[in-house]
Amino acid sequence: MPIEKVRLTFLDRLIKEPVIYRVGRDFKVETNIRRADIQEGIGWVILELEGEQKSIDDALEWVRSVGVRVDPAVGDVVEG
Amino acid sequence: MSHVLSLRCKECSREYPVEALNVCDFCFGPLEVVYDLQAIAKSTSREKIASGPNSLWRYADFLPAEYNPAIDINAGFTPLIRSRGLAERLGLDELWIKNDSVNPSYSFKDRVVAVAAAKALELGFDTIACASTGNLACAVAAVAARSGMKSYVFIPSNLEAGKILGAAIYNPTMVAIDGSYDDVNRLCSEIADSYPWAFVNINVRPFYADGSKTLGYEVAEQLGWRAPDHAVAPSASGAMFTKIYQGLKEFEATGLISHVHTKMHSAQARGCSPIASAYEEGRFVIRPVKPSSLATSLAIGNPADGYYALKVIEASGGSAVIAEENEIADGVKLLAETEGIFTEGAGGVAITGLKHLVETGKIKRDESVVVYITGNGLKTTELVADVVNPVLIEPNVEAFEAAMAARAAK
Ligand SMILES: Cc1ncc(COP(=O)(O)O)c(C=O)c1O
Ligand SMILES: [Zn+2]
Repeated sequence: MPIEKVRLTFLDRLIKEPVIYRVGRDFKVETNIRRADIQEGIGWVILELEGEQKSIDDALEWVRSVGVRVDPAVGDVVEG
Repeated sequence: MSHVLSLRCKECSREYPVEALNVCDFCFGPLEVVYDLQAIAKSTSREKIASGPNSLWRYADFLPAEYNPAIDINAGFTPLIRSRGLAERLGLDELWIKNDSVNPSYSFKDRVVAVAAAKALELGFDTIACASTGNLACAVAAVAARSGMKSYVFIPSNLEAGKILGAAIYNPTMVAIDGSYDDVNRLCSEIADSYPWAFVNINVRPFYADGSKTLGYEVAEQLGWRAPDHAVAPSASGAMFTKIYQGLKEFEATGLISHVHTKMHSAQARGCSPIASAYEEGRFVIRPVKPSSLATSLAIGNPADGYYALKVIEASGGSAVIAEENEIADGVKLLAETEGIFTEGAGGVAITGLKHLVETGKIKRDESVVVYITGNGLKTTELVADVVNPVLIEPNVEAFEAAMAARAAK
């Protein structure tokens, strides 16, 4: 099963969806929080996702659609 | 001799062996090299450093790889110049310019890659690789040529032809990728995962990053073994910025210089300012951005060391500053006209940032300042192409004199 490591950034206090829970329930993707820093709804989560590639892609697409930023967990690899 | 103890996760402090590893298995935090500072303090001295090679390897005691003269490309030990014209223009008494644009492949990236390559060879790699929009590709290809390694450089296919040449000349295997910036990023991390190469800013990143500590050591040595009141440096991933400070702090910890009070200022361009924006909004959460800036070498939207750069700003009492896009070329021209140094966009951002820091009173006239000029303007001539405006004349003296008279009248 493919595994993907992402950083979710929450900068909008208005996000009311239980994002990580729904990734597991609606997309059948297993999630594992590795590290997080969230205060009053603002912050980030380093998340490991395991599932079918299509499910992971769909799940992340949905996460983006509710206003959460999705990036690779370890930063850009293309440098100047 | 190298005094490395281990690699350690910057987040959860788990220890790892000294291998090609860059992220913690447990929490995905970045790994950093841990040194035995007491052993370094015993081994090093001002005299030993001063009699060492005229390259960053004079600081080998503080680096994660052994000095190997056979592959030394003479990265580092670049000039630190006391500014006259620019200092006067900005209203500063003691301004120094660290001119790192004169490294072997014309940017500070030669420092990080020199260290990465030396370590990669020690670890048994025969191939070194990177994904880059310019300077890093040049450095990897050049250092690989010098050290006899194979090299692979991945570039976005829409890169200007002129920029590619500076890397291609060293004959690496160059792969141009057709896709968005995010696609290129994703593909390169996948490639890095599946090939037995030293990918400089991925699997050997902890060693690579420490090459930038030498930007701190050198300035302290060149200032006569002291740290400046302020340092201004451009940031993309934020790695270099944090390592300059670590370098100064290590010199303090090993007794080579006294108390470090340097305020660290990070400069970014408006079109890609995730670190400076977080600073301005007073948060430690980086909001990744889609880069769109004239300072192409600073275009990292999801900076791996952004958080640590913010921590350095906080610890040092420094700041972050933004250069507007329309100020970048002006910064490049100002440095060229006042000091005779031709830098690229990143240098234009640093100079503009410095100007703003003086204007806003964050840097005072009587304080000592070092500004880091990290890349060379000849790689990105498009940025200032409008300066080419010669007086065109017929080949005779009358034409010349008439043209000069017309010019003086303007
Ligand atoms: C000329 C120049 N200056 C500064 C930087 C920023 O370095 P860092 O990514 O370590 O912040 C880069 C590259 O990323 C660069 O090419
Ligand atoms: Zn960890």
